[in-house]
Amino acid sequence: MVHGEAWTIKEFFCYPNEYIYWTIQIVMYPFMTGLVAGAFVLSSLYHVFGVKQLKEIARFSLVFSFALLPVAMMPLMLHLQQPLRGIEVMMTPHFTSAIAAFGIVFTTYALIVASELWFVYRVYFVETATALGEKRERTLWEGILYLIYRLLIMGAWDISHEAVEKDEKAVKVLAATGIPVACFLHGYAGFIFGSVKANALWMTPLMPVIFICSAVVSGIALCIVTYTVTMELRKMIFSWKRQQKPWLPSTDELKSAEVQVVTMTSKYLLMFLVLAITLELLDLIFRGYTALKSWDILRSVIYDKDFFKIFVLQYGCGNAIPFVLLLLPRLSLKRVVFCSLLVLMGVFMMRWNVVIGGQAFSSSFAGFMEYRLPVWPTTMELFKEGLFGAIMVAITPFVLFFGLTRILPIFNLKDSH
Amino acid sequence: MIDRRDFCKKALLIAGGMAIPLSALELFDPKRLLAEKNDPAPTRWVFLVDTHKCVGCGFCVKACKIENEIPYDANVTRTWVERYVISRDGKTHIDSPKGARDGFISPKMEQGVEHPVEVRNEDIAKAFFVPKLCNQCDNPPCVQVCPVGATYQTADGVVLVDRSWCIGCGYCIMGCPYGVRFFHPVYHVAEKCNFCYHRITKGMKTACVDACPFGARRIGNLKDPNDPVTRVIMTERVNVLKEEYGTKPQVFYLGLTKEVK
Repeated sequence: MVHGEAWTIKEFFCYPNEYIYWTIQIVMYPFMTGLVAGAFVLSSLYHVFGVKQLKEIARFSLVFSFALLPVAMMPLMLHLQQPLRGIEVMMTPHFTSAIAAFGIVFTTYALIVASELWFVYRVYFVETATALGEKRERTLWEGILYLIYRLLIMGAWDISHEAVEKDEKAVKVLAATGIPVACFLHGYAGFIFGSVKANALWMTPLMPVIFICSAVVSGIALCIVTYTVTMELRKMIFSWKRQQKPWLPSTDELKSAEVQVVTMTSKYLLMFLVLAITLELLDLIFRGYTALKSWDILRSVIYDKDFFKIFVLQYGCGNAIPFVLLLLPRLSLKRVVFCSLLVLMGVFMMRWNVVIGGQAFSSSFAGFMEYRLPVWPTTMELFKEGLFGAIMVAITPFVLFFGLTRILPIFNLKDSH
Repeated sequence: MIDRRDFCKKALLIAGGMAIPLSALELFDPKRLLAEKNDPAPTRWVFLVDTHKCVGCGFCVKACKIENEIPYDANVTRTWVERYVISRDGKTHIDSPKGARDGFISPKMEQGVEHPVEVRNEDIAKAFFVPKLCNQCDNPPCVQVCPVGATYQTADGVVLVDRSWCIGCGYCIMGCPYGVRFFHPVYHVAEKCNFCYHRITKGMKTACVDACPFGARRIGNLKDPNDPVTRVIMTERVNVLKEEYGTKPQVFYLGLTKEVK
């Protein structure tokens, strides 16, 4: 069977070679990079612009952004027909292609996030390593940690006041350079689509900007959800542990801190949400108004075939409802989390409607193609480009995040960052 | 310790010293030297399709599949033939069952998952066949978007794919407005019509040209003014497909009408 045949249904006239070649993994790719970029922008709000209220969530989202980073590459590898040759993009990049810049942009961004993390956590590394070093008897896990921290410190043991101040300055510079790079990383994912002149739905110069805005929206939303879930878990663990250790913070103390951080973050979510909706609607109106040759087929895709996915799921549930709910007075934690989940779904649907919607019509403008998501993986191909492959991509960042937080704790740090 | 004045002086000296050998690289660009000496490519392969002559037998598709080892029953093909039936009420019906590998054996027109339609003979205003193949564009979008340079244009204008280098991302397939590219079912890399490059460079015609019993397909060299194909392109009213994309397609058509997609 030809690649793409398993999940493509053709209607009316499509060229014989046309199938839906870019599937769920290409939906996951901008979704995951968007989360990376968004989480990073959120952490930079504190580090660069000094939004003090976001201090707690800033470190959290920085570590989370780092955990998401390798996952941005995963869907691409799962999508490639020759995944073993994927490294060629780094080795022999062909720079007229938008994809060729991926290696460079991605590596730059990864280095910035990694070094920012290092500066944020250096004091912690040194303190922990010193404490562990002074211990007479170490457990196996402590021994491993001691080794890891000593490696990570890379000889920079100085934690005098001046050295720490230098660290803070470095964090600020890195966070500031990181914002444009994060935006570039994601804007460029938008450029990959926006520059395809053969695709009437994709080709718009607004695409990179739309991608950036929705990226920030989704990144913030995911940080809110993950942060709240982590806090709830902490509360549960603390109330259980407090029976033996009464000095731990009480549930109420934790809760008030949490509500403050989350409602503050939701304000930024709202801001970027407005920007994203405005741009998307502008694009839609412009297409209808100029009504180029492709508009006939685009209209039947947007207003007929994909109506439910675009107007009900994406704009309705993903944008309008959370927008109203976030503006209503007496914002509660539950409502913010609910809205964030809706927003995440909305951004996912936006990616879906761009990637799959862009292939929902034939480039002959005389036929349609429908994508049937493969669910049960009977072959490797159906696993990679099906529901389970996508779920695997979605779960990985949380696994990585859990692993990372064993080494880089995100709560109860007394350093100043 | 170097002072500021010295630093500036030395920096200028180094920058200037580096600029000279660097500019030499530009002066002696071997490609440009060759181009100025003589035209490096005395050939520009072009294709001429006379839609008036095509009867939709599908011999070209069959010959292409066998010659270029595209699995015979796979639903992809390097070249195909489209059937256009325009009914009296102005509706256009198009189909290309299996790329017309077996010709058009039924008056019923395939519509994908929809029911096939059959236009009664007395309702047909006009009907014709249009063979399609890679346009070997002068400004090929597929070459532009390949992230690893696995697809490239030869000096004589044909766009080729390096099967050992393609990573299979599918960006070129997305970038082609004509839908000529697909993934090879065996090699799992991008695949396309290459004007039977292995044949034309040996002085033969393409498989589809040889297979066409009616002379609807012809291949020629645009740089040779005496080539019969070139003469037709220069002197008659020919057209190309989807000019609006700026791809500068090099497959020329006689008898193209506005209904052709």
